[in-house]
Amino acid sequence: MSKMGATRDGYGEALLQLASNPKVVVLEADLGKSTKSLHFRKAHPERTVSCGIGEQNMLLVGAGLAASGFIPFASTFAIFTERAFEQMRNGVARPNLAVHVCGSHGGTHTGTDGSSAQSIEDLAIYRTLPNVTVLHPSDTVSTRELTIQLAASSCPSYMRTARNKTPVLYEGREDEIKIGKGIKLREGTDVAIIACGVMVSQSLKAAEILAEEGIHATVVDMHTLKPLDSELINELVASCGALVTAEDHNIIGGLGGAVAEHLVSNTLAPLERIGVNDRFGESGQADEMLEVMKISTPYIAAAAKRAMARKS
Amino acid sequence: MEELEELARRCRVHIVNMVYKAQAGHPGGSLSEIDLLAALYKTQLRVRPNEPQWEDRDRFVLSKGHASPGMYAILAEMGFITVEDLDSYRVLGGICQGHVDMKWCPGVDFSAGSLGMGLSFGMGSAIAGRLENSARQVYVMLGDGEIQEGSVWEAAMAAAHHELGNLNVILDRNRIQNDDFCETQMRMFDIPAKWRSFGWNVKEINGHDMSEIVDGLNFLGTSNDGPSILIAHTVKGNGISYMADNPAFHGAAPNDEQYQQAMLELGEVSA
Repeated sequence: MSKMGATRDGYGEALLQLASNPKVVVLEADLGKSTKSLHFRKAHPERTVSCGIGEQNMLLVGAGLAASGFIPFASTFAIFTERAFEQMRNGVARPNLAVHVCGSHGGTHTGTDGSSAQSIEDLAIYRTLPNVTVLHPSDTVSTRELTIQLAASSCPSYMRTARNKTPVLYEGREDEIKIGKGIKLREGTDVAIIACGVMVSQSLKAAEILAEEGIHATVVDMHTLKPLDSELINELVASCGALVTAEDHNIIGGLGGAVAEHLVSNTLAPLERIGVNDRFGESGQADEMLEVMKISTPYIAAAAKRAMARKS
Repeated sequence: MEELEELARRCRVHIVNMVYKAQAGHPGGSLSEIDLLAALYKTQLRVRPNEPQWEDRDRFVLSKGHASPGMYAILAEMGFITVEDLDSYRVLGGICQGHVDMKWCPGVDFSAGSLGMGLSFGMGSAIAGRLENSARQVYVMLGDGEIQEGSVWEAAMAAAHHELGNLNVILDRNRIQNDDFCETQMRMFDIPAKWRSFGWNVKEINGHDMSEIVDGLNFLGTSNDGPSILIAHTVKGNGISYMADNPAFHGAAPNDEQYQQAMLELGEVSA
């Protein structure tokens, strides 16, 4: 796990690979260097639309293109997609036009830019929109594969990527990555840790710490928050009987919220949620932010023990 | 011209009927736009009523989507939908949803209802046409109150930047918005100068004079170097005396007596 990469780079690679499809169009809002759509722009300027610093316009230009048979990929910072939420709601999701929105720099892991750039609510708000697929991959390889799969989807999507590097997990394992299917990265029967994005590698480390104490944890990469892999959650409830969710996102409405909603309507199991505790971030290095937000490895391990203690 | 005027008169009858039957909806902006829509559909739009999804059709985007009775009326007259379909306006399960919706009604290219969105969508449609080397045109109808939405100006700037000569706006300048006259809600100062300064080709017409409308529509779609806007000076509620220039009929239905009077004024019944 020594190789590192930022998920936004996986997005940029995928766009380049998708370029062989003449229907793929890339939309930018002056952040192509950051979201990594710039590689596509350099290779295919004729199919790249600069929308200036205008996110509301960008999403609906995408809708117009999608309604005419094109496959638009629009990216900006996660936080700035939110400015166009109503465009996403009324102009994209409602008519079910397959515009693919990528919000990079999601979460407090974004770091030193500070709280204005650290979206902690994007996954929650897009999850509430009918028709919209919501993704938050954990490494460059899965980001690339999921982005490529999105091009074949008939539904709009929101995908969060991260600014900073995390371990590469899926090199040579591309076949395991499917929209809507969580991936078991480690198996144990004491507790299941369900994570997304940058928190997947943190959760794997937590599982190692727990293993040293004789606790065997399953770790799941739930890269798709919607549609949620409810079958897998049922399986984890049966096999482990205690769950932890881990996300670099407000504990309200994100992955923890999605899993909790599923549990209350199905088989209940103890659930501990690790996430940003309903507060805004601040400037700091990525790893420092996970500490400040109390969502790093030791906090996940402690939550796993709390969940296990609640088993009846 | 007489044929177009008669078409617009029949559409006005449909509009009043729809709003009266539903006892809800937006007659004012439907009546101000209808002469423009009648001329646009009859003289300009390359569309196929029996094949509404024809890929190379011109696109029409009613961004002021509340003025849907006007659009449903012309769609019925053109044969996209039937006159009987108009009875489904605002009725559960009906194809004539309160605001025009591409998922419900044949001939509707854009799901509207939230102001300030249609021009951006039209811009995407225009880029699609250009990428496909198609000669098709995109027409977007905006309301004047609508251009108070900031997102309209994001789109206006971007469309000129991309030199979208196949993108055209018709601005229904009826001077009234939901609560009152535009002048009291948000003064917009020199609207033609604003669009010119954003890089658009601008022409102004009387939006109820058929020969001016036809000339104005001919001005659209001829530019190679950028988008064009036809600013049509109209009267909200035009054609019905008590609705004309009356903010109360932005979004209100006539009562029985008012309905009878409207039918009289439109020549549907004699005194």
